[in-house]
Amino acid sequence: MKKETWKELTIGTINLDAGNSVKNLTGTWRSGKKPQFIEEKCIQCFFCWLYCPHSAILVERDEVKGINYDYCTGCGMCSVECPTKEKAIIMVKEEAKLAEGGAE
Amino acid sequence: MSTLKTLNGNQSIAEAVRQIDPDVVAAYPITPSTAIVETIAKFKADGLITSEFVCPESEHSAMSVCIGASSAGGRVMTATGSQGLALMWEMLYIAAGLRLPIVAAIANRALSAPINIHGDHSDTMGARDSGWIQIYSENCQEAYDNFIQAFRIGEDLKVRTPVFVGLDGFIISHSLEVIQVEDDAKVKKFVGEYKPVYPLLDTSRKMTVGPIDFTDYYFEHKRNQIEGIENAPPVIEAVGKEFGQKFGREYGFFEEYRMDDAELCIVVMSSAAGTCKDAIDELRSDGKRIGLLKPRVFRPFPHEKIAEALKKMKAVAVFDRSSSPGAFGAPLFTEVRSALYDHKERPHIVNYVYGLGGRDIKVEHFKEVALKLEKIAETGKVEEIYGYINLRE
Repeated sequence: MKKETWKELTIGTINLDAGNSVKNLTGTWRSGKKPQFIEEKCIQCFFCWLYCPHSAILVERDEVKGINYDYCTGCGMCSVECPTKEKAIIMVKEEAKLAEGGAE
Repeated sequence: MSTLKTLNGNQSIAEAVRQIDPDVVAAYPITPSTAIVETIAKFKADGLITSEFVCPESEHSAMSVCIGASSAGGRVMTATGSQGLALMWEMLYIAAGLRLPIVAAIANRALSAPINIHGDHSDTMGARDSGWIQIYSENCQEAYDNFIQAFRIGEDLKVRTPVFVGLDGFIISHSLEVIQVEDDAKVKKFVGEYKPVYPLLDTSRKMTVGPIDFTDYYFEHKRNQIEGIENAPPVIEAVGKEFGQKFGREYGFFEEYRMDDAELCIVVMSSAAGTCKDAIDELRSDGKRIGLLKPRVFRPFPHEKIAEALKKMKAVAVFDRSSSPGAFGAPLFTEVRSALYDHKERPHIVNYVYGLGGRDIKVEHFKEVALKLEKIAETGKVEEIYGYINLRE
């Protein structure tokens, strides 16, 4: 993403491109661990979806389907909050930083 | 029609507010600016203004309301001073950063501790890096005139920066003066209709105001903000000139009093400049070649013009009505001295702090300093670069 010079910016810090935080791929912040979704153990309680600070839980047709690694920072909150005895989200080692997606 | 009215400084500001009739006034009363807000409230109760009048629970909230109302797209003003301005502090930077042309009348007053209600410039001088334009007034007439011009200056599309209009607490805010109040319609026409830029109430546009910047954008946004106040000088000049054409009283960045053949100069702002003029007259009748330079605009500081006016002097004394503890001189002094640095030819320059907490400054005090300047000019020696006036030593 090309960054504007000070002359190109709208005055008063106004951002005329509201909602552009989708362009900020927070997944680039992830280091070391990433969550892994185990669908057969999921009870669809939506706790992970509720607690995820980056809205990185993928939901399709009202069902949790996995993780959006473009925005997942690897904080592990989803795994901690997952209430099932055998967790439906576990944190696994991630070798290469940011396997999918990625900004600049 | 223009009329003569007997008003004090606070009423003069309120009179200008009545004529301008801004969209929103949000203010919290504090001595010595209380009567500004009180008079505006009375105008509102009497149906003389249509402004939305908001009484918040503190000055911090007052400035926050101003920021909200200005972001929404309104013409907004407030009034405060001293601790009230200090309580607004964090919001001052936000108003400037968001480039909102809010106008604030400041009845300049000392800051605690010790608590004191009288006039000095500690409040606005402390806010000198907040990004606001600062204009100071010598008397009630100037307070009225400056307040009207402030809207035109701050709202200029190239400037879009908030403006302080200072009037000395009690000395101006509470002293009656016969002032020329211009015709309502002419003042309204001079100020013109307010054109908001990116108003939040424009729902046709998706936008965010004041989002977070990290290391990647903060610096650029700050530089972008600085451009606004740096664009102000030609606007201040043009507005001051137009004001002169319309109403007969022209304004610039500073006033020069009996400076034509002067070798010595006193630099002093606001009400004390009036006292200084009397001192200059007496000194002139004694044959002393001395003049006064009264800065009107402190931010943006007219460094080139002031240096030009002072460079040929033999000795200059800068009077500050605030202190900058631990600094090399008080605020006005450091600006003036720095402005002269690039000139090969430059005067000896000394600094005097006066009038803190409303301490009197009299004609004789200026005359004493004039003698010191004369000695500096004669000997070329500066014995005391920084001193205090009318202080028990």
